[in-house]
Amino acid sequence: MGEAIVITSGKGGVGKTTTSANLGTSLAILGKRVCLVDTDIGLRNLDVVMGLENRIIYDLVDVIDGRCKIHQALVKDKRFDDLLYLLPAAQTSDKTAVNPEQMKKLIGELKQDYDYVIIDCPAGIEQGFKNAIAGADKAVVVTTPETSAVRDADRIIGLIEKEDHIESPKLVINRIRNHMLKNGEMLDIDEITTHLSIDLLGIVADDDQVIKASNQGEPIALDPNNRASIAYRNIARRILGESVPLNPLEDQPKGFMAKLKKIFAGQ
Amino acid sequence: MNKRSQQNVLIKGTKDGLTLHLDDGCSFSELIRELETKLSLNYRFQENDPLLAVKVHIGNRYLTEAQKEEIKELIRKKKKLVVDEIVSNVMTYDEAKQWKDENQIETVAKVIRSGQVFEVPGDLLLIGDVNPGGKVVAGGNVYIMGTLKGIAHAGAHGNSRAVIAASVMKPSQLRISELVSHAPEEYTNEGHGMECAFIDNDEHIVVEKLHVLKKQRPNLNRLEGGL
Repeated sequence: MGEAIVITSGKGGVGKTTTSANLGTSLAILGKRVCLVDTDIGLRNLDVVMGLENRIIYDLVDVIDGRCKIHQALVKDKRFDDLLYLLPAAQTSDKTAVNPEQMKKLIGELKQDYDYVIIDCPAGIEQGFKNAIAGADKAVVVTTPETSAVRDADRIIGLIEKEDHIESPKLVINRIRNHMLKNGEMLDIDEITTHLSIDLLGIVADDDQVIKASNQGEPIALDPNNRASIAYRNIARRILGESVPLNPLEDQPKGFMAKLKKIFAGQ
Repeated sequence: MNKRSQQNVLIKGTKDGLTLHLDDGCSFSELIRELETKLSLNYRFQENDPLLAVKVHIGNRYLTEAQKEEIKELIRKKKKLVVDEIVSNVMTYDEAKQWKDENQIETVAKVIRSGQVFEVPGDLLLIGDVNPGGKVVAGGNVYIMGTLKGIAHAGAHGNSRAVIAASVMKPSQLRISELVSHAPEEYTNEGHGMECAFIDNDEHIVVEKLHVLKKQRPNLNRLEGGL
């Protein structure tokens, strides 16, 4: 029996889908059987980020309405041997096509077969959100160092804390720009965690490669050297219960001379 | 009519006026009847006598509002008497509960997050923050062991003597009774440590250092013993 983790944020555009894709990928890299579930019915994206868009035959609403079996709708990620699957959202319906009871049953069935079920939640706090959290055991709240995103995260945490079946949510701070942090132009990490008063699961630096990778349908977590990728992999390891220190945010020194200096400095 | 029933209504004169002692052992209708006869028998007033205030003690009898009104009406009909108050030893469970709720401090350890409203009938002791967009409402005082960044409303049912105290005051809005005060500009960056808010003599909400409270609201100071 696996566990279901919902990735949510309240505000749109903070990186729920990116986090879902990369967390799922990282867990699969670590050898876990993972099923990604896109609950953003009507505005599905997770399939695009995962590069699985062209292989969708059935979707979540088809499964719920009984037009197909779950395993027929699951899209297998061929980069991983039988470890990573995606249950795509329907594009032709909307959030009201599904109710929380049905979602709970569906996630319950998926948990039988997979170690982790990662649920990508839509933005907002309406029906879509209620569907997404219905079957979850744990929650990851994604925010960015912006006041509006933190405000929405606070609201979402309040709503999740009311749900008895979900453990206390964990926080991921996404898209941190180090130079703005240094200048004090962005909320710093301590400020955000004290404000929201929940455990910090990880921090992810803002990196251009993430957007590029998403556009190509190759989650950044597949790149072993990228700092955002390392951050996501570390988050996955923390979910598995390992104790991994927070990765440094410093920009990597660029160029040959800098690398040379680094070698001589013995780092 | 036996001897005892004659004792159901006792009238005593004190320096504050008349006191009626109504026995709680008889039925209400019996009491009314006797009150009626006793009042009409014993008293003759002069036309220019002043109004006499009457206190009514009803012992361990519980009277509904309608019954209280009936007694008041009856006494008022006797020209020069007016009921000052009705004193009873008993109250209903609901009244007692309400009274207790309004006079006790409710302690909660949680963070009041954006979109949440936390309401208590009496005083509130919150161990945790009130985040922006969150709101705490108390019938009495609000004490916050944490940072107040949202809205706090003390004395929500009209108690203008209520106060708000917080370890860190950075409120977006303070409300006491009917008054509302918005966050002053200076709070936007740095909160001040341990402060309290109350309504001053000019009917404004002011935020002051904590020690001012001792003078402003002596009722909160219950220090006894020691030196």
